[in-house]
Amino acid sequence: MNLLNIVLALPAAGFLIGLLLPKGNAGVARTFALIVSLVTFIASLGLLAPVMANHAAMQWVTDVPWIASPNIHYHVGLDGISVWLVILTTLLTPICVLLSWNYIRQRPKEFYIFLLLLEFGLAGVFCALDLFLFYVFWEVSLVPMYFLIGIWGYDRRIYAAVKFFIYTMTGSVLMLAAMIYIYGRAGTFDYPAIVGMLNSGSLRFGSAEQLPLFLAFFLAFAIKVPLFPLHTWLPDAHGEAPTAGSIMLAAVMLKMGCYGLIRFCLPLFPNAARQSGNWIITLAIIGIIYGALVAMVQPNMKRLVAYSSVSHLGFVVLGIFSFSQQGADGAVYQMLNHGISTGALFALVGLLHERGHTLEIKHYGGVATAAPWLAVAFMITSLASIGLPSLNNFVGEFLVLQGAALSYFPWAVWAAIGVILSAVYMLWFYQRLFFGKMPEAVKTHVYDLKAREWLAIVPLIVMMVWMGTAAQTFLPSITAVNARILEQSKANVEFQVKLRNEPNRAEASVEPESIHVR
Amino acid sequence: MTGLDFIALLPLLILAAATVIVMLAIAIHRCHALSAALTFVGLGASFGSLWISACRVPCKVTPLLLIDRYSLFYMGLITVASLVVVLLSYGYFEKLDGDHDELYILMLVATLGSAVLVSSNHFISFFLGLELLSVPLYGMIAYTRRRPLPLEAGVKYLVLAAVSATFMLFGMALVYGALGTMRFDQMATQLVLPGFDPWLVIPGLTLIITGFGFKLALAPFHIWTPDIYQGAPAPVAAYVATISKGAMFALLLRYFYQIEAQGQAPVMTVFAVIAIVSMCAGNILALLQDNVKRILAYSSIAHLGYLVVAFQASGQLAIIAVGFYLVAYFITMLGAFGIVAVLSGSAGDADSLSDYRGLFWRRPVVASVFTLMLFSLAGIPVTAGFIGKFYIVAAGASVAMWSQIIVLVVTSAIGLFYYLRIVVAIFSDSAGSADAGPAIALPGSVALGFLTAALVFLGVYPQPLLGLIRSLPPG
Repeated sequence: MNLLNIVLALPAAGFLIGLLLPKGNAGVARTFALIVSLVTFIASLGLLAPVMANHAAMQWVTDVPWIASPNIHYHVGLDGISVWLVILTTLLTPICVLLSWNYIRQRPKEFYIFLLLLEFGLAGVFCALDLFLFYVFWEVSLVPMYFLIGIWGYDRRIYAAVKFFIYTMTGSVLMLAAMIYIYGRAGTFDYPAIVGMLNSGSLRFGSAEQLPLFLAFFLAFAIKVPLFPLHTWLPDAHGEAPTAGSIMLAAVMLKMGCYGLIRFCLPLFPNAARQSGNWIITLAIIGIIYGALVAMVQPNMKRLVAYSSVSHLGFVVLGIFSFSQQGADGAVYQMLNHGISTGALFALVGLLHERGHTLEIKHYGGVATAAPWLAVAFMITSLASIGLPSLNNFVGEFLVLQGAALSYFPWAVWAAIGVILSAVYMLWFYQRLFFGKMPEAVKTHVYDLKAREWLAIVPLIVMMVWMGTAAQTFLPSITAVNARILEQSKANVEFQVKLRNEPNRAEASVEPESIHVR
Repeated sequence: MTGLDFIALLPLLILAAATVIVMLAIAIHRCHALSAALTFVGLGASFGSLWISACRVPCKVTPLLLIDRYSLFYMGLITVASLVVVLLSYGYFEKLDGDHDELYILMLVATLGSAVLVSSNHFISFFLGLELLSVPLYGMIAYTRRRPLPLEAGVKYLVLAAVSATFMLFGMALVYGALGTMRFDQMATQLVLPGFDPWLVIPGLTLIITGFGFKLALAPFHIWTPDIYQGAPAPVAAYVATISKGAMFALLLRYFYQIEAQGQAPVMTVFAVIAIVSMCAGNILALLQDNVKRILAYSSIAHLGYLVVAFQASGQLAIIAVGFYLVAYFITMLGAFGIVAVLSGSAGDADSLSDYRGLFWRRPVVASVFTLMLFSLAGIPVTAGFIGKFYIVAAGASVAMWSQIIVLVVTSAIGLFYYLRIVVAIFSDSAGSADAGPAIALPGSVALGFLTAALVFLGVYPQPLLGLIRSLPPG
């Protein structure tokens, strides 16, 4: 029972014990959830040390047989990318508990135990090293989110929850079929073993296989990211979810898709990934610009932030499929950044909603006068989201743009338009909320941040500054893992190029059948 | 027949004896609790005797019956399912007026028929078992005879079962005419020899498949299912959905395995079409329903379609997939109908979607169990249904039946929608009072507790069951 298993077991145990809590008693439920999630967070910090010592290798590995045939293992471990995502999950859960403290009045016990179950599923996704186990965690995280939106959401919550569930499920069932196919070829679900076989050449996917497999995985991940044009569930889910649901959805759940792309799509199907790179990047850039333009005209605060997520996550996909070290590093860094800054944005929007009881931007104005500290926190978060230097998003966006420019310069130009547009919609958003004429309702209802709310927001702001100024805390481990992933995905392509003796890799990857004749 | 044969036959003999004992007990003293208890003990004894028989297998008892580990496994599944149905029926019928004792006699006879089916090795025992199963079911379905719907359902089932038996008989006659044998194990050897008339065998097999299709409610022979499920009392509907279909499917697998039909292309084409049509019809038609029992009926059509997909993939993986999926299907269907049964009162079955609105806030435990059952039907991890579906896709993939797998994947995604409709209703705000209603009778809670535990256990740790199924060759 190493520390990683404890970190996974804590929220799961919290969920099971939470079932026994007295019904309807908000005080007990939220205190319990806060304690469990805080202990989990502190325990998860302990995961960092060995990963920082040895970046690229898997740490905290546990590998025990689960089902004998087909050969399925409980195989978990962390490397320099996944450790940060696990910590992001464990950091945001107590923050969500704090932000839901008074907001969730109905059925509090059920709310908090679903939140703990969600934490379990999300953390599990990032450390699963067995494809089957990955799928199990992937689905486990889906169920509590469905309930969080469907029970504690706003008016159209049922529609949003069902849409969210069906979109995600459709993609993931295809992924399951692809996993089973891979099992048929490789004889194992073990991810490191499969990658090892691919690297050593004992397992090859021909182009007729690779493209459908890649697409099955890619579709599941792209829906989750979400990549334009598969993003339509996101504004609905965000628009209707309660604050904690929105935070976990935006900050962590969307990262499952990004993580899947970089962890599975690139190393397992390098040729198909490179072959499809151009049109995926096209979609990502459309997403960046489209998301920003649509965000600009949203009358609803949460939908605005949701569309800004579509735009920001386009950068992540752009970074990953630029196939450059900087691009990949920026993408992973941007995943963490987006978790922190969009999580904070949803938190602050939630606080405004708690005060003003509406999500419509037009009902607000002059909030800066009524709640100056709330305005400050919102300002810092908005600037971080825009990508102001010395705040976190700048580092990620810079690296992504650099990586894109190295691969093909016009991509960087188009993506940079998204950065400009993000300043437009965020500042305009800020101006409409915090400046101008103050309606009567704002004057009477909106009060400043309270101690508990400070406690939730300050860690996020600290992280924004830290990640913006001391990126070297995070980047070396990310770089090391990305270097290995890019090496793995390149190995296959180069192998083909040599074999076929063709300079054009795109052409070479069209006919990789020849590799079977080795 | 020797003494050893009797030991092998022990589970069947105990079931037959239990039927007589319950009948005598009713003649002496009519008491619902006593009849249910005697039935329970009889079924339990039959289940316990499986281990005694297991020492004597495989054993051919006359040319008619083949008792081996395969048939014992399915007998065990059937008796455990019957035990659950007895527990559910007791709570369900206790709330109603009238005499309920005869239901248990009918149920024991039907269970005996199912046990004969899964061990039959001959057309005669096949047909005997089929009729032993079907005839009591007419009575069981129409048992609450003062209500209009059960009576209608009973008559419909009578007509349907008679028609399907006719198809089956004619098919058997044709196959017998062509091959000159009614024993399953001899048919295979006859089929490899030249000189039989394929124009008798192929139509014969097709007619037999039609009969199976009726009993298993596979599309396009599924039209009766929703009416019967809706009309029958909930525990009886559970019985029809699980035991009657499960026994038929176990026999289907054994019969076509023994005659080595996996090599016969036309036969397999028929099954492929049936599987695809069933998956589509079940999942799409369920979208249009507002009645929980009808939704479950269409869902069971789709699930049988999934099973046929696994059935076509010959080999070890197919046997594991079918076996595991049947167990998962039994647990979830019994659980789902069990919920309907325990929530039903004397006024009628709680089968309209509005009966479930806000259930979670009134009865959190029952609602959680129902949600788990629905998630299992939808194939979401940590439930037995997910592992089952996984094995079916794996079995299909192992023989590259991609078109059927794609249909399975797509229709499951569609199916998700109607399961979610029920889940949404369960978790929506209850418009009415927070009144929980009467408490659930102990037998019903025991049954549901057992099913839930089994569902999660198999979803998390399926290894022991998989190991058991692996050791069961159907031939």
